[in-house]
Amino acid sequence: MKKMKKSTRSKLITYAMVAAGFVVMQGLSAAGMVSNSLAGQLVPICVYISMAISLNLVVGILGDLSLGHAGFMSVGAFTGVVVSMSLRFLPPLARLVLAIGIGGVFAGIAGVIVGIPVLRLQGDYLAIVTLAFGEIIKNLLNNLYVGVDKKGLHFSMKDAQALRLKEGTVLINGPMGAPGIEKLSTFLAGFVLVLIVLTVTLNLVESRTGRAIMAIRDNRIAAESVGINVTKYKLMAFVTSAGLAGMAGALYALNYSSVLPKKFDFNTSILILVFVVLGGMGNIRGSIIAATVLTILPEALRSLNDYRMLIYAIVLILVMLVTNNPFLKTNWVMLKKRMAFWRKNKANGGAADGQKK
Amino acid sequence: MARRSNTKMVPVPSDSIVPERDLGRAPVLETKHLGIDFGGLTAVDDFNLTVGATEIAGLIGPNGAGKTTVFNLLTKVYQPTRGAILLNGKQTADMNTVQVNKAGIARTFQNIRLFNDLTVEDNVKIGLHNQVKCGTVTSILRLPGYWKSEKRAHDRAMELLGIFGMQDVAKHQAGSLPYGAQRRLEIVRALATHPSLLLLDEPAAGMNPSETSELMETITYIRDTFQIAIMLIEHDMNLVMGICEGIAVLNYGRIIAKGTPDEIQNNPQVIEAYLGKQ
Amino acid sequence: MMNLLLNLINGISLGSVYAIIALGYTMVYGIAKMLNFAHGDVIMVGAYICYCSMSYLNLPPVVGVILAVIVCTVLGIVIERLAYKPLRSAPSLAVLITAIGVSYFLQNAALLTWKSDPKVFTSVVNLPSLSLFDGRLTISAVTIVTVLANIVIMIALTTFTGKTKMGKSMRAVSEDNGAAQLMGIDVNRTISMTFAIGSGLAAIAGVLLCSAYPTLMPTTGSMPGIKAFTAAVLGGIGSIPGAMLGGILLGVIEIFAKAYISTQLSDAIVFAVLIIVLLIRPTGLLGKQIREKV
Repeated sequence: MKKMKKSTRSKLITYAMVAAGFVVMQGLSAAGMVSNSLAGQLVPICVYISMAISLNLVVGILGDLSLGHAGFMSVGAFTGVVVSMSLRFLPPLARLVLAIGIGGVFAGIAGVIVGIPVLRLQGDYLAIVTLAFGEIIKNLLNNLYVGVDKKGLHFSMKDAQALRLKEGTVLINGPMGAPGIEKLSTFLAGFVLVLIVLTVTLNLVESRTGRAIMAIRDNRIAAESVGINVTKYKLMAFVTSAGLAGMAGALYALNYSSVLPKKFDFNTSILILVFVVLGGMGNIRGSIIAATVLTILPEALRSLNDYRMLIYAIVLILVMLVTNNPFLKTNWVMLKKRMAFWRKNKANGGAADGQKK
Repeated sequence: MARRSNTKMVPVPSDSIVPERDLGRAPVLETKHLGIDFGGLTAVDDFNLTVGATEIAGLIGPNGAGKTTVFNLLTKVYQPTRGAILLNGKQTADMNTVQVNKAGIARTFQNIRLFNDLTVEDNVKIGLHNQVKCGTVTSILRLPGYWKSEKRAHDRAMELLGIFGMQDVAKHQAGSLPYGAQRRLEIVRALATHPSLLLLDEPAAGMNPSETSELMETITYIRDTFQIAIMLIEHDMNLVMGICEGIAVLNYGRIIAKGTPDEIQNNPQVIEAYLGKQ
Repeated sequence: MMNLLLNLINGISLGSVYAIIALGYTMVYGIAKMLNFAHGDVIMVGAYICYCSMSYLNLPPVVGVILAVIVCTVLGIVIERLAYKPLRSAPSLAVLITAIGVSYFLQNAALLTWKSDPKVFTSVVNLPSLSLFDGRLTISAVTIVTVLANIVIMIALTTFTGKTKMGKSMRAVSEDNGAAQLMGIDVNRTISMTFAIGSGLAAIAGVLLCSAYPTLMPTTGSMPGIKAFTAAVLGGIGSIPGAMLGGILLGVIEIFAKAYISTQLSDAIVFAVLIIVLLIRPTGLLGKQIREKV
């Protein structure tokens, strides 16, 4: 048998892990063994996994720090709400798919608008501008009023009265957010979304486009010298990431009966960044694991009441201190090398055995 | 050991020399009164040079003379303050680094700039970026076009790595290679962009004598195989005098001498620039 | 006309608070090359300490302020020692996440200690307002004290970094950490000192902020923290005069946007100004332009 490429094997393990997670959770909930609080976390977990993977595309693969990812999530979320609530004549599944799709497109457009100025900057200046855009998006949504009646959609930046609805419903009500959402999201939809986000990201990384993006991360000047249009590929990564975040945002919004704009603030952006950094920069599987564990952890600590966020903070600090400890790091590299050596020896031994036969 | 080919160097109108065999073809590079100022400081001034289509040209001079700045001007890392660059007869005034590369200049860097976290093969594939194309959507959907282009890129990358016999390190991380191998990989990556002029910035730096003489063979081999011009900055005089056909000497941002290796070696101004007044 | 003047003065006053906070961000960034996201929460701790010493212990305001400064200075040094120092050689993102962890920690520790219900902060300035132009323009004493405090701090810091040995070490470390070390400068001590000064200033900023806007909650420091960080970047992060300029500009823009454009959209306007400035000057108003050597 032809030996499988290392990256292919790694990809398969990731897919298998996600599929196994889904099957196990489905099985457990069918058997009634999933607690209510965990069942309520299933869709958010899928959302956060998707968010973490998409942010990893910018932070880990492209190498630019983004502190405003929740902004794109919110664009997707509110677009998704408007789409799903104004197309009530369609079957639920079609509404969900359209909401996620169009949510992704609108977030992608927001990605272009934000990306063009942002990507001209570098380093911490780029980071602060993504933060600024995240806050601007939140601030604008806080003042956005959308309603629907027989004549179609109405928009206003003033208040709900200014919509002048005739027997219609207010879909987005400024700082009160989207009040009456019909819950369309399902765990299955979340699983499918994770698969889509995963496939797009992994396939992108291992392609001409992905290599160009990583080349820019590793050495921008060298990338230009071999004829790579830096702005184009940076923007491509940024917009793809924004679009995927928008899809996740739509799924998120349609999982609740109401959603507030302030849910998608700086803290949410940071939360997702924490998943990416703890999972490992550019490490997609790590993002998935980190997003899952860190979404369940605060829930699991619920019995500790007020102390849980404090413990979360301490765990976060300790994990960063331990994983970046120079002493442990060196030893970990040594151990890995030894493992690789041992594995190689074993493989060689196996091959030799094969030849004997 | 590689020796420069026995070509006669002949003068061309722009007060330079090119190999006789290149006379029938347009020069790959012509610079006219090229110059750049940083603030009030003139780093390069009145730089006139012609490089023949298959010439191996040398650019030498003491540290700080402005050699790398010339490369940065040619590749538009810096925009020139004055003068013109003609690449294969075409003005490059409106081009940026990316466009200059597409128009035919590839380079290596004095302080190696590889894509360190990627594999050797990926480094070369990135060099092939504008040679083997495949759309983003095709790639994400893994359409047949993707597999075809990936195979082409892989085959071509392996072929290019073969120049330096580097196929067996193709899967290694570029940043983990020894110094000499990193310099060779930079040359391969530059070659992958299909240049008509290859700029090498101190290709032999940090190499031992036997590696250097191997490198001399390979540079000549690359020129012969790909029929391109190569311009190099180098402090190792054995290499410069051994393979360069035309040499320009830079001091304080100006060309103080141009000629064949023999002429340069006996030029009193050059000796003074390197050793000081006798 | 009077309205315009009043808005301008209020803007400068709010800007002065931002500037004092921004100084902490900018000094730490200049010297440790890290974005200390926990800085905003040190402000909150400072305000709580002052509040407690005044409301529970019935101490005079001056003592409250001094206590707040002492506690925050110690807190800054302890945070640096425990959380940031072990990460001196770690990637900057790891440090950033740790700083966020510290921020969560401070907010939640405050939540446990002081509970979530907002406290009404009594102003530390018990002076009468200043009345000008026959009472057509009334400026509150807090506003004046804030602006004065800002000026004093600015002068003191400039003198400190320019004249004292410690100040010079700070500038050296911020210029080139490695070279400074080779010149015999104790980099660790210098960084500790920077955190101490930055956190002490944060305490003052916290007290002044809550004197002007008297609602105190565990999350009080977050938004001013982000705004001050924006101010530091606007002025050019790493530059002390830049933090001053950025802070005051930001405050004035915010008050003017609230007064003349839209109260709801004032934050969006503030951040939009930052983006526009950075597009024109990618390293801020007074930041150094860096050219990468090829």
